[in-house]
Amino acid sequence: MFSVTRRYHFAASHRLCSPHLGDEENRRVYGKCANPYGHGHNYVLEVTARGPLDPATGRAADPRRLDALVDRHVLAAFDYRNLNLDLACFADTVPTSENLAVEICRRLKRHWASEFPGEWPTLEIVRIAETPRNIFEIRADEIDQIKRESA
Amino acid sequence: MVITRKVEFSASHVCRNPALPDEENRKLYGAAANPHGHGHNYVLEVSLEGVPDPLTGMILDLKELKEILNREVVEPYDHRFLNYEVPPFDRVVPTAENIACDIWRRLEPRLAARGHRLHSIRLYETPDLYVDYAGEQPCSR
Repeated sequence: MFSVTRRYHFAASHRLCSPHLGDEENRRVYGKCANPYGHGHNYVLEVTARGPLDPATGRAADPRRLDALVDRHVLAAFDYRNLNLDLACFADTVPTSENLAVEICRRLKRHWASEFPGEWPTLEIVRIAETPRNIFEIRADEIDQIKRESA
Repeated sequence: MVITRKVEFSASHVCRNPALPDEENRKLYGAAANPHGHGHNYVLEVSLEGVPDPLTGMILDLKELKEILNREVVEPYDHRFLNYEVPPFDRVVPTAENIACDIWRRLEPRLAARGHRLHSIRLYETPDLYVDYAGEQPCSR
């Protein structure tokens, strides 16, 4: 079994501010990230697919298929956007990198079969670096658990 | 505890299955199927698992690991055209996955013979594409 990881880049702005908290409380919880006009990051996204070798190609995952999936369902929607204002999924959800990782993982999982219709490869991990020092990782098999918890 | 050592090698390759027509290879591998090949600066991370020796405080002598990596991987791979110069890539398409598998096969018995446990290897074909392999079976579908 192999894990094949591909790295992508997108630039976006966000503001961390919960509608359930007052201004002062938001400032306390999120610090500078709650500044009213928002701020931006060069996000680095890593997507890991896992599977055995396809003996016909010598590959466990075709990076071009992964690129097509991520381009279409993540980068096209997130790159050069204001996450809070341009994305409906963050209208009521604070676009922390944890929530961003969950959203990206859900999108990739939902559309995975359009590029990878067989048993393999499967989506294994979504990892997002907000800055080179802040890195967030979620396993695709944990996503359903999050759904259940919030349901 | 896991300890990781990194080495680099530069090599050229072409991803092309000789049993398939050109058009099919182009469809499977894209630009990587270009007949005259192309090259990468590969980066290999090799991780060993072990317990530090109470006497030396080390899992193993890193100099020894460096020598094994140089002899088993860097010397045969560096500045070579993999398809033409490094078996089994005369028969096996040198995708990152197959290269990782071959590196595992080269390293694992050498390390095991010295009592070291190979934990995993990570092979970067480019900074934006890498493969992790821990010797799991099945290797193929």
